[in-house]
Amino acid sequence: MSTTTATAPTKYWSGGKSPFNVEYGKLMMWYFLMSDAFTFGAFLISYGTTRFATTGWPDPNKVFQSFPGLGAGYPLLFVSLMTFILIISSVTMVLAVHAGHNMDKKGVVKYLIWTIIGGLAFLSCQAWEWTHLFHEGAWWGRNRFPNANGTISTTNFANFFFTITGFHGFHVFSGVIINVVMLIMTLMDKFEQRGHYLMIEKAGLYWHFVDLVWVFVFTCFYLI
Amino acid sequence: MEHSTSAVLHQDHNVGGGTKEIWKVTIILSVLTIVELGLGFWMMGMPDGGLRYSIKGAIIILMLAKAFYIVGYFMHLKHEIRNLIMTVVVPLLLFVWFIIAFLYEGNSYHNLKNEYDPYYKEKGTMQMEKKEHGEGEHKEEEKKPEPLH
Repeated sequence: MSTTTATAPTKYWSGGKSPFNVEYGKLMMWYFLMSDAFTFGAFLISYGTTRFATTGWPDPNKVFQSFPGLGAGYPLLFVSLMTFILIISSVTMVLAVHAGHNMDKKGVVKYLIWTIIGGLAFLSCQAWEWTHLFHEGAWWGRNRFPNANGTISTTNFANFFFTITGFHGFHVFSGVIINVVMLIMTLMDKFEQRGHYLMIEKAGLYWHFVDLVWVFVFTCFYLI
Repeated sequence: MEHSTSAVLHQDHNVGGGTKEIWKVTIILSVLTIVELGLGFWMMGMPDGGLRYSIKGAIIILMLAKAFYIVGYFMHLKHEIRNLIMTVVVPLLLFVWFIIAFLYEGNSYHNLKNEYDPYYKEKGTMQMEKKEHGEGEHKEEEKKPEPLH
């Protein structure tokens, strides 16, 4: 990067070439992700504002403490599993993009399948957690969990939790759909015909963004 | 556009660290997550105070470090040219104002309510009743915890 700019500092703005040195679709994916970051940021900041404006807040370790098959009393365990599933699926996505660079169709197919499996596993975890919390008495407009000090809590905790994790889950879902489409296109040799796998990179950017958002959601809801 | 696509293809082959870098970043992200979880466990049951807030601060710093590694290496932004990095990162600086302004606002609203709204202040001290004591008016409270605001 630094060597390119040092040898010809004005090259990128002299026309005839993308000043950002990426193709159009990838640049637009970056801009889309930037706008999406503001959407998620606005959600999380409104959650923060409400939390700052409220006396007392439920203790996440008391709310999210169940694990399928083990029962209650395991705080942070299930969400750690979800976090690692998403990180690993992000890694397999990078490997798919990498295989695409080397025009390795078999590698792309293999790693895309693993990424899709990771995405579906994450969605299943989320479905289980939502169902569990629903049966525990939390839903939009409904919250049976007391504040950390035992006082009556607001329903805002449940409202923000379901809205934000729901919006994130919807992104994971669309990411899985996009990856399935990429897999089908790869299997149909669409990218071989084009001579490049740049489409996989754009899908990869979206998928990593979903992982990135989870880093923030995980911290804001489960840890802090 | 066709022209720029082929130009990009040539450029891309000599940037990035390949599979070795991917595994390195994977390990860094896993370690950061494990440290975060360790801090989370340590913080459990700790009373509010300086130490708890410091741990929360540390968790936020680790979160930002994870975000840096995901965006920089997995999303490849660190290996892109400066123009692209700036066009993505500079608008995100709005978040600095966004976070400070709105958290300050929330805190101020909280203080005002506690100062001028005695009903709100009193509600904040009401205990959520356990099922065993569920008789008469208490049962009503337990069934329908009203929003505080």
